[in-house]
Amino acid sequence: MPNEFLPFARPRAGTQPPYLYRDYQSTQQRAPKRAPIRFEHTLSEITGPSFVAHWAGPDATDLTRQHKGEPLGERIIVEGRVLDEDGRPIAGTLLELWQCNAAGRYHHPVDQHDAPLDPNFTGAGQVVTGPDGSYRFLTIKPGAYPWRNTPNAWRPAHIHFGVFGPGFVTRLVTQMYFPGDPLLAYDPIYQSTADREARERLICQYDPDLSEAEWALGYRFDLVLRGRLATPADPV
Amino acid sequence: MMADKLIPTPSQTVGPFFHLGLARAEWSDLAADNPQGQRIAIEGRITDGDGAPVPDAMLEVWQANAAGRYNHPDDDQADKPLDPHFRGFGRVATDANGRFRLTTIKPGPVPGRGNALQAPHINVALFARGLLIHLYTRIYFADEPANAGDPLLSSIEDGAVRDTLVARRDPAAGSPPIYRWNIVMQGDGETAFLDI
Ligand SMILES: [Fe+2]
Repeated sequence: MPNEFLPFARPRAGTQPPYLYRDYQSTQQRAPKRAPIRFEHTLSEITGPSFVAHWAGPDATDLTRQHKGEPLGERIIVEGRVLDEDGRPIAGTLLELWQCNAAGRYHHPVDQHDAPLDPNFTGAGQVVTGPDGSYRFLTIKPGAYPWRNTPNAWRPAHIHFGVFGPGFVTRLVTQMYFPGDPLLAYDPIYQSTADREARERLICQYDPDLSEAEWALGYRFDLVLRGRLATPADPV
Repeated sequence: MMADKLIPTPSQTVGPFFHLGLARAEWSDLAADNPQGQRIAIEGRITDGDGAPVPDAMLEVWQANAAGRYNHPDDDQADKPLDPHFRGFGRVATDANGRFRLTTIKPGPVPGRGNALQAPHINVALFARGLLIHLYTRIYFADEPANAGDPLLSSIEDGAVRDTLVARRDPAAGSPPIYRWNIVMQGDGETAFLDI
């Protein structure tokens, strides 16, 4: 069989969030009760969609120029690389992102937060990573917003990121947060990952060298996907 | 040694507003480019632990072509053709009633580990508000004789759990055939999810 390949590594305990996390109320009706069935990787798991040919559409990396005027808010550059856990760049994969506006409101019919919509801001972008796994966006810093998890709960400012990687099991959808945000300490979604070092990977770094004078603040954010095991056999 | 390894980025929920960044209505039809194979539709509904429909979920699907080959460089089954008209990836969000519909072609069987053959199946990832990390499952086809020898299906002893992976052809549907397959996220009839 043409069937020799290296499976992807499983995450170390505590470095990914659980399904049930009581402080995040919605998990209580949506987390499965039965443990998922462990299944060793086959071609079905290690393969996945490729986006090198840009079939998902053209890159959209400047979220400040999608309308007639400029959006309100603090202009930011978000730049980084998509890597695997061995530090190898993931080239040619699709990165999709979405966020609320500077006032904390999403351009989305379900969002009823009493904050203004910005006619000059949609808040969605996409890019196919370069040969070195790199990407770069220009956007505005999203605002914090309230949610109904508990009374007076607020989500820290964040940008949602989705990225594919080489296989169906490398898929990652996550959120990027900003350094020093006092809301992080109270946010169950951020806190749901037990391992502190893993959790802090969700916070971007301010990078003065990435900032552009009189123009925009620069933040660096790398995304790290599962890497390959060293041998075809998955150690138990 | 682990020392040189980077810790993978933790997953976070897609939240209730994912449509803003992820909605691609055209991706629910994997057969739009007229690939080889039998055209089928898959229709279903997603419910939560209270039996309530889940109106803010999204499925991503990945499958082999009609010959049983994945459109990916690591699938080097030279004896099976690639289909330039079939990418094998799709995405669909649920509607206000928790319902979804995908159009695709029925995949061929693909190799398993060792000498095993896997019955035709579609790989599924489920995303939703309330899921901090997506869930994986698979769709098999009830009228497929190869199911009996499938390594995953055979490994599940409880027939009711196994059945949650199997889509059933709707006898009332015309053309294309419609397979019905629901997801129960929690509780009675809970879908078999995979740790992969
Ligand atoms: Fe959000």
